[in-house]
Amino acid sequence: MTVATTFPWLSVVVFLPLIGAAMLFFAKDAAVRWAALVVALADFVLSLPLWFFYDPSTPRMQFVERVAWITSPQINYNLGLDGISLPLVLLTTFLTPLCVLVSWRAIETRVRAFMACLLVMETAMLGVFVALDFVLFYVFWEAMLIPMYLIIGVWGGPNRIYAAVKFFLYTLTGSVLLLIAILALFFQGGQTFDILLLSRIGYSQTLQNWLFWAFFIAFAVKVPMFPFHTWLPDAHVEAPTAGSVFLASVLLKMGAYGFLRFTLPMLPDATAAFTPLMAGLSLTAILYGAYMALAQVDLKKLIAYSSVSHMGFVTLGIFTVGAQGIEGALMQMVNHGITTGALFLCVGIIYERTHSRMIADNAGLARPMPRYATCLMIFVLSSLGLPGTNSFVGEFLVLVGTFIWSKAAAAIASLGVILAAAYFLWMVQRVAFGLPPGQAAGHLVDMNGREMATLIPLVVLVFWIGLFPNPVLTAMHASVNNLVEQVDQPETAIARNGMVNGQWLMKRRPVKQLRPPSKLFISHQPSTISH
Amino acid sequence: MLYALIPLLPFAAFLIIGLAGHWLKDRAHLVAVPAVLVSFLLSVSAFLDVAGGQTVSVPLYTWLTSGDLRIGLGLSVDRLTAAMLLLVTIVSGLVHVYTIGYMHGERGYARFFAYIALFTFSMLMLVMADNFLQLFVFWEAVGLCSYLLIGHWYERKTACDAATKAFIVNRVGDFGFLLGLLLILLNFGSLEYRHVFAQAADLTGETMNLLRPLGGTWEVSTLTLICLLLFMGAVGKSAQVPLHVWLPDAMEGPTPISALIHAATMVTAGVFMVARMAPLYNLSATAMDVVAVVGAATMVLGATIALTQHDIKRIVAWSTVSQLGLMMMACGLGAYTTGIYHLLTHGAFKALLFLGCGSVIIVLHHEQDMRRMGGLKEKMPITYWTFVIGSLALAGFPPTAGFFSKDEILLAAWSAGVLGKTLAGLGLLTAFLTAFYSFRLVFVTFWGESRVDPHQAGHIHEPGRVMTVPLVILAVLSIATGYLGIAGFLAPALPGPGGGETHHGGPDALGIMAVATLMGLGGIAAAYLVYVKSPELPDRLAQRWQQVYRLSLNKWYVDEAYDRTVVRPTVTLADRLWEWVDVAVIDAAVNGVARGVALCGWLMRLIQSGQTQHYALGMTLGAVLILTFYLLF
Repeated sequence: MTVATTFPWLSVVVFLPLIGAAMLFFAKDAAVRWAALVVALADFVLSLPLWFFYDPSTPRMQFVERVAWITSPQINYNLGLDGISLPLVLLTTFLTPLCVLVSWRAIETRVRAFMACLLVMETAMLGVFVALDFVLFYVFWEAMLIPMYLIIGVWGGPNRIYAAVKFFLYTLTGSVLLLIAILALFFQGGQTFDILLLSRIGYSQTLQNWLFWAFFIAFAVKVPMFPFHTWLPDAHVEAPTAGSVFLASVLLKMGAYGFLRFTLPMLPDATAAFTPLMAGLSLTAILYGAYMALAQVDLKKLIAYSSVSHMGFVTLGIFTVGAQGIEGALMQMVNHGITTGALFLCVGIIYERTHSRMIADNAGLARPMPRYATCLMIFVLSSLGLPGTNSFVGEFLVLVGTFIWSKAAAAIASLGVILAAAYFLWMVQRVAFGLPPGQAAGHLVDMNGREMATLIPLVVLVFWIGLFPNPVLTAMHASVNNLVEQVDQPETAIARNGMVNGQWLMKRRPVKQLRPPSKLFISHQPSTISH
Repeated sequence: MLYALIPLLPFAAFLIIGLAGHWLKDRAHLVAVPAVLVSFLLSVSAFLDVAGGQTVSVPLYTWLTSGDLRIGLGLSVDRLTAAMLLLVTIVSGLVHVYTIGYMHGERGYARFFAYIALFTFSMLMLVMADNFLQLFVFWEAVGLCSYLLIGHWYERKTACDAATKAFIVNRVGDFGFLLGLLLILLNFGSLEYRHVFAQAADLTGETMNLLRPLGGTWEVSTLTLICLLLFMGAVGKSAQVPLHVWLPDAMEGPTPISALIHAATMVTAGVFMVARMAPLYNLSATAMDVVAVVGAATMVLGATIALTQHDIKRIVAWSTVSQLGLMMMACGLGAYTTGIYHLLTHGAFKALLFLGCGSVIIVLHHEQDMRRMGGLKEKMPITYWTFVIGSLALAGFPPTAGFFSKDEILLAAWSAGVLGKTLAGLGLLTAFLTAFYSFRLVFVTFWGESRVDPHQAGHIHEPGRVMTVPLVILAVLSIATGYLGIAGFLAPALPGPGGGETHHGGPDALGIMAVATLMGLGGIAAAYLVYVKSPELPDRLAQRWQQVYRLSLNKWYVDEAYDRTVVRPTVTLADRLWEWVDVAVIDAAVNGVARGVALCGWLMRLIQSGQTQHYALGMTLGAVLILTFYLLF
C-alpha cells in the first residue's frame, strides 16, 4: 500500500473547503478574499492526485473510505470515486477558485459570509459526487440547497427572494420523493443504504416503475428537464455571478449524475420501459430550450435557456444506454460546466461595467474590449458545438449513441445544433459587434488581470478537451462500459423489447452495435514513405 | 513529419500573431508570409512525391475512442490532394502578399493576418484529411474563418448580418453532412476513407425505410441517402441552389478574402468533397443526377443574376456561384476530372478577378458601384490588362485556361446521355451569358467616360508593386494552367462511374469547341454593342423588359422568400412559445401550485381566529355532527 491509496484523499478534498469556511470567520477583513482563494486553490491542488493516481483500467470504486457512522440501521460514512464521478469532482474543484475570483469586486457586502457559502457549497457538491451511502448522499444533496439559497437570496438581484424561494421549494419537493425512494429501496433491497449493494439487486418491474418516477421527479427538476425548467432562468437571473456559475456548471449536473448513478443501474427494466418517453422529453428540451433562447432579451436568461437545450443532449445520451451515448453525456456535462460557466463569468464581467444584463444595453463591446470580445466569442463558439472545441466532442458522441438507437431522434437533435448557431451568433452580433451606445463607451475598459485569470484557464480547457479529448474519455471507459453491461443484461433486454411495444415515440429494436471494422484494416497503417 | 508541417506552419503563424498581435501590429505579415511560403515549398515537394500515383498517409494521433468507436487524425496525400495543396498555398501566398498593400494602415491588420493564416491551416487540413470526421471538423473550421473574415469590419451592421447569415446557412447544410457521416459510421463501422471506399460496393442494394418512425413505407437506397446527405453539406459550402444566398452577401468582407475564401478555395470545398467521395457517388446514379441538376440550376441562376448587378464584387461573386454550379454539374455527370480541372483554373482566374476588383476599390477609396467608375483603362494599365485576361478566362475564350477546362466539361456533358445533352445546352447558354456579363464589367469599369467622383478623379493611379505583382502572377497562371496537362494528371485518381477514362474526340469535340467559342465571342460582341457602342441601350432594355430585369436585379427574390418562410416565422414562433407556453402555461402552473398552497394556508388561518368562543363553537358543532352521523347511520 502506498501513500496514494492509503491517504484519505476524498475526505480531505471534500471537507477542506468546509474547514476553510469555518476558518474564514477568524480571518482579518482584508484577508478574507485571499483566504478563500487559498483554500479553494489548495483544494484544487489536492484533487489533482485523484486524476494522477486514478486507475482507468478498472470499473471498481477507487480511493474508497468506509467508516461505520450509525450502526442501527447500518449507515456508513462511505466514499469512493469512479470514472463517472472523477470528471465531475475535478470540474467542481477547478471552478471554485474561479468563482472566488469573479466575486472579488462583485460582492461588497458580507464578503466573509459569501465566501463561506461558496466553500460550504463546494463541500456539499463534492460530497454528492463521491458518497456511496444513500443517507450520506442525501445529507450532501440537501446540504447543497442551503448555501445556494443564501447566495441567491442575500446577494442576488432585485427579485431575489422570489427566485430563491422558488429554487428552494422546487428542488426540495423533488428531494422529498427521492427520500421516499431511498427508504423504499432500503426496505425492499435488504436493509442497506450501500449504493453499490443496492445496484446489484433485481427489483420487480412494478417497484422499479414507481421508483423510476420518484427518481425522475427529483433528478428532472435538477437537470432541469422540460417541463420542470422554469425555476432555472429565474434563479440565474437573480443569482450573483458565482452563484450562476455553480448553478449552471455543477448543480445541474447533479440530476444527470443521479440518473447515471441510481436510475440506470438500479432500475434497468424501468429505464428501458421509459426510454422513449425520456428521449422524447430530451428532444423537446433541446428544441424548446433553443426556441426559448431565441426569444430572450436578457443575457442570463438566454444562457439559462441554452442550458436547458444543452442538458437535453445530456439526458438524451444517458437514456440511449450505450457506451457512446453515456460517454457523450458525461463529456457534455463536463463541457457544459466549462463553457456555460464561462459564459456566465462573461456576463458577470460586463455587468460590473454597464450594470445591465440586457442585450440591448450592451452593444459594440469588441472595439473598447477586444480581449473580452475574443473570450466571449470563443465560449460562444464552444457552446454552439464548433468542432475543435470541447462541446463538439460530447455532442458528437451523443449523436452517435442516439443514431444507433434511433435515426429520427438523432436527426431531430441535430436541428438543435442549427438553432444554437442562430441564437448564439445573433446574441454575439448584438453584444460584441456594432458601435457601443454613446454614454456607455466611457466605462468600458477591457478585462484586468484578475478577470483574465478567471477566463484564460477555461479557454485553455475548451481547446485542450476539444483537440485531445481522449485522455478524459479513457478515464470513463471502464466505468461506463461496466454501467452499460449492467443495464443491458440479456434477460432484461428481452423483457424490455416486449415491454416497450406500443410506446408513443418509436419501437425499440435490439441494441444494434457498430459493425466492427474488418480485420484487414488496422487503424493506422504506417506511412508508405519513410521519413 | 514534413507533411505535417504543411498545415502546421500557417497554424504556428496564427498562434504567434494571435497571441502577440498588438506587439506585432503592422509587422504581422513578417510572420504570416514566410510561413505560407515555406508551406508552399513543402507542398511542391509533396506534389513531387505523389506524382507517380501513390498515396502517402501520415497518422497524427487518436482523437477519440468510445466503445467500438475509434477516430484518429491523419494526413493523406494523393494526386487530387496534391493539386489542391498547390492551389491553396499558391493563392493563399499571393493573397497574403496582396493583403500587405490592401489592408495597409487598417485597424485590424494583425487580426486579419491571424485569421487568414488560420484559414490556410484549416483548408490544408481539410484537403489532407484521411477520414470523414476530420473533413467535417475542418469543414466547419474554414466556415468559422469565413465567418470571422466576412465580419472583419464588425462595426458595419451589413457585414455582421452577412457573417451570421453565412454561418447559419452553412449550418443547415452541415446538418445533412453530419447525418450522412453518422450513417456512414453505422453502416461501415469506420470513418476512414479507405475502409469506407473499399466496402462501399457491399452496400449496393441495401435500403432504408425513411417513413418508419411514422409508420409508413418509403424505401430508399442507403448509398443514395448517404450521398445526398453529404451533398447537403456541399450545397451549403459551395453555395449551390437553394443555399446559395450567403455567398453574394459574403462580399461584405475585405476583398482579399473574397479572392481566397469565397472564390478560389473554401467555396470549392463542396466540389472537392463530391470528387473525393467519387467511389460512393459512382454507386448511386440517382445521387449523381441530383448533383448534376442542382449544379446546372445554380449555374444558370448565378449567370442570370450577374447580368444586372451594379456592385463589381457582387458581379464576380454571382459569377462564382455560376461557375461552382458548372463544376458541380461536371461532377454529377461523372466527369470529376474536368470538374476539378475547372476548379483549379477557376481558382487562378477568379482570384485574379477579385484582386483586380480590389485594386479598383482601394484606388477609388472603397467605391464598389460601377456606375461611378469608368475610364480607368489608361490610369491602371496593369490592373486593366490582367483583368481582361481574367475575364477572357472566365468567358472561356482561347487561349486562356478557362477555355480548356470549360470546353472539357461541356464535351463530357454532351457525351453523357439525354440529361447530359440538355445540361450541355444550358452550359452553352451560360457561356454566352458569362461572356456578356464579364465584358459588361470590363467595359463599364475600365472603358468610356470617367464617372468617378471628381474629387478623387485626379488621384487615380496604379496600386503598389505588392498588389500588382500577385495580379501578374495570377494572370500568367490563368493562361498557363491550360497547358500543363492537369486533366491527364488527375484522371487516374478520379475514375468516373464507367471506370476508365473516356476519350473524347471527333466531330462532337470540334463542334462543341466551335459553338462554345462562338457563344463566348457572341457574348463579348453583345456586351460591346450594348455598353460601348450605344450606352443608352441598357436603360431602354431595362424599361422594355422591366419584369425580367427586376427579377434578375433582385436575385429572383430568394432572400425575400426565405425571410418570409423561414426567418420571420422562426422568430415569431420563438416569441409566441415564450409568451404563450413558457410564461402562460408552464411557469404559471408552477406559480399556481405555490398560490394554491398559500390559499390553503390562508383559509386555514381563518379558523385560527384566537377567540375561545369560536373554538368552543367549533367543538360543539363537530360533536353534534359526529353524534348525528352515528345516530343516523
